[in-house]
Amino acid sequence: MPQATLLQAIHDALLEGMARDPRVILLGEDVGREGGVFRMTQGLMRRFGQERVIDTPLNEGGIIGMAIGMALNGMRPVVEIEFADFIYPAFDQIVSELAKMRYRSAGQFTAPVVVRTPSGGGIKGGHYHSQSPEAYFVHTSGLTVVMPSTPADAKGLLASAMGGEDPVIFLEPKALYRTVRGEVPEGEHRVPIGEARIARSGDDLTLVAWGAMAPVAEKAAGLAAAEGVSVEVIDPRTLWPLDIGTIVGSVNRTGRAVILHEAPRSCGFGAEVAALIQERCFLHLKAPVYRVAGFDTPFPYALEKSYLPDPRRVLAAVRAAMAF
Amino acid sequence: MNVARTEALDLHRKMGLIRRFEERAEEAYGQGKIGGFLHLYIGEEAIAVGAMAALKPDDDVVTHYRDHGYVLARGIDPGLVMAELYGKATGISKGKGGSMHMAAVDRHLWGGYAIVGGHIPLAVGLALANQYRNLPRVVTCFFGEGATNIGTFYSGLNMAAVWKVPLLAIVENNRYGMGTAVERASAVSDIYKKAACLNIPSVQIDGNDVLAVRDAVREMADKARAGGGPRLIEAKTYRFRGHSMGDPQRYRTKDEVEEAKARDPILLWRNFLLGNRIAEEADLRKISDGIEAEIETAVRFAENSPPPDPSELCANVLVAE
Ligand SMILES: Cc1ncc(C[n+]2csc(CCOP(=O)(O)OP(=O)(O)O)c2C)c(N)n1
Repeated sequence: MPQATLLQAIHDALLEGMARDPRVILLGEDVGREGGVFRMTQGLMRRFGQERVIDTPLNEGGIIGMAIGMALNGMRPVVEIEFADFIYPAFDQIVSELAKMRYRSAGQFTAPVVVRTPSGGGIKGGHYHSQSPEAYFVHTSGLTVVMPSTPADAKGLLASAMGGEDPVIFLEPKALYRTVRGEVPEGEHRVPIGEARIARSGDDLTLVAWGAMAPVAEKAAGLAAAEGVSVEVIDPRTLWPLDIGTIVGSVNRTGRAVILHEAPRSCGFGAEVAALIQERCFLHLKAPVYRVAGFDTPFPYALEKSYLPDPRRVLAAVRAAMAF
Repeated sequence: MNVARTEALDLHRKMGLIRRFEERAEEAYGQGKIGGFLHLYIGEEAIAVGAMAALKPDDDVVTHYRDHGYVLARGIDPGLVMAELYGKATGISKGKGGSMHMAAVDRHLWGGYAIVGGHIPLAVGLALANQYRNLPRVVTCFFGEGATNIGTFYSGLNMAAVWKVPLLAIVENNRYGMGTAVERASAVSDIYKKAACLNIPSVQIDGNDVLAVRDAVREMADKARAGGGPRLIEAKTYRFRGHSMGDPQRYRTKDEVEEAKARDPILLWRNFLLGNRIAEEADLRKISDGIEAEIETAVRFAENSPPPDPSELCANVLVAE
């Protein structure tokens, strides 16, 4: 199987999706001629034309609102928001309109819009180029929220999102765009929405992590192994609908769980995962469910390294759970 | 000629200071000493400098993220700004913000804002508060032409016009919003015309002519201050560097950039000073030497300053800590 970066894998999914389905239209700021801020859509305008790859004005609410209308009317828009931090001007369109179409029309229509956006820190971007907004969207019923961490998953999940019937917020861990490589199946490749991936098997503790934290979790698991602790790493891949079954199965076996994310700790998605685990695994738990997360602060510039969880911080939580 | 010699030389010094500051910042970025994003103002200096020369020291200023020029033009110590870029504890925001969010409340600089257009309603609110508190202060809000395509531009200016608040919007039309030329994204390329739909008086000026900027800002700010309601200035200019660092600039030709450099605002002003015998070469050289020394001190200050203590991470989230 050929190797690809996360960025190439997402690019391929877009290209193949467009080639397969003429209803697919890309839109966003500088996605066309420029190929996007991260060069994700490079070459697609040349290949598919200006009608299918649309450079928009700077206007996130307008872009997503327009995509909703297009989707209602038989198109398959895939929107790029340059950074997840710029999705908030479009928050109203997503929360009030996009998420509710199927429900409010009692199933008469839906808006299968895919909103792709680079998420998370790691590039010293400061307050507005670093945030992880997944919890807001998971909290909004009617949205599917996806965040892959491997190239193969990125390609397969984006293909599923583009082929699905409901709106998807597709969060891309920008820190991994060019730093992870992996095997990616050629041609049509789908990873089902709503299925977790066991990134590493283990018996003593279950570590749940997504996006750029998945590789951090694997590193932490390596450190724990050196101390004789066998950690199972689960990457949910789809945050909502969550594959809680896989997590519960693992925790019932290991008896311990640590959840890791980069977004601020309080009311982060980790809180929901912890609640689900304690509801379903209560009698199997040998220790409290711990969370390792970003701090409850705006995203800092100079202190980014202190803010972002690293394998040492994860290891400390693993040790706490083991020693409890 | 409506400019005194000392002011004329000061305008020259300030534009040169911003230019050299950013050239040094660009170097430091290349050496990995500055992280993240760095949006240079090179080529647009006459707007910040001309505007600050016209505004009063307690007039409020709210800006977008391409913001080194405004704070330097207002006389903030370049060392504090450079240290912020370096992410040092001595930076203007203690390294919390970096390049795009320079603020100094004692100088009525309410900050650079990186969500494009997000700051426009804030400026309207500052202006409404000035009006309510009977303070004779104008609020000047700077942003690029790209920002005039997002809703907060219209909704903010509409409120400003409804309540006739003392707001001066300055649109720096540098032709491109990232890689998108103005005519590809805006139904109207002459941005000042957009104010007409809100009955806001507006003008289009040469943003590379520091005196034209100063005079237009003075006139418009005075009218806004006198209760005449908001005003808008479109300052036409050109950014000589990429949008941010590492921009391959495939959206424009090298020739176009070179052509624009013939109208470098610093060059224009220099020619004006020499042509009108306001200054001699030797005077200008002395100013350049002074700038060089000041920037060198700023860089050294940034280099030698400590990084913020990790305990700073959780400070200033809420009032009581
Ligand atoms: C809401 C929002 N959308 C997108 C961006 C990304 N972005 C940053 S600057 C910029 C272009 C802005 O152009 P303009 O307003 O003309 O200012 P200039 O950079 O030319 O000074 C874009 C698209 C952003 N920061 N905020």
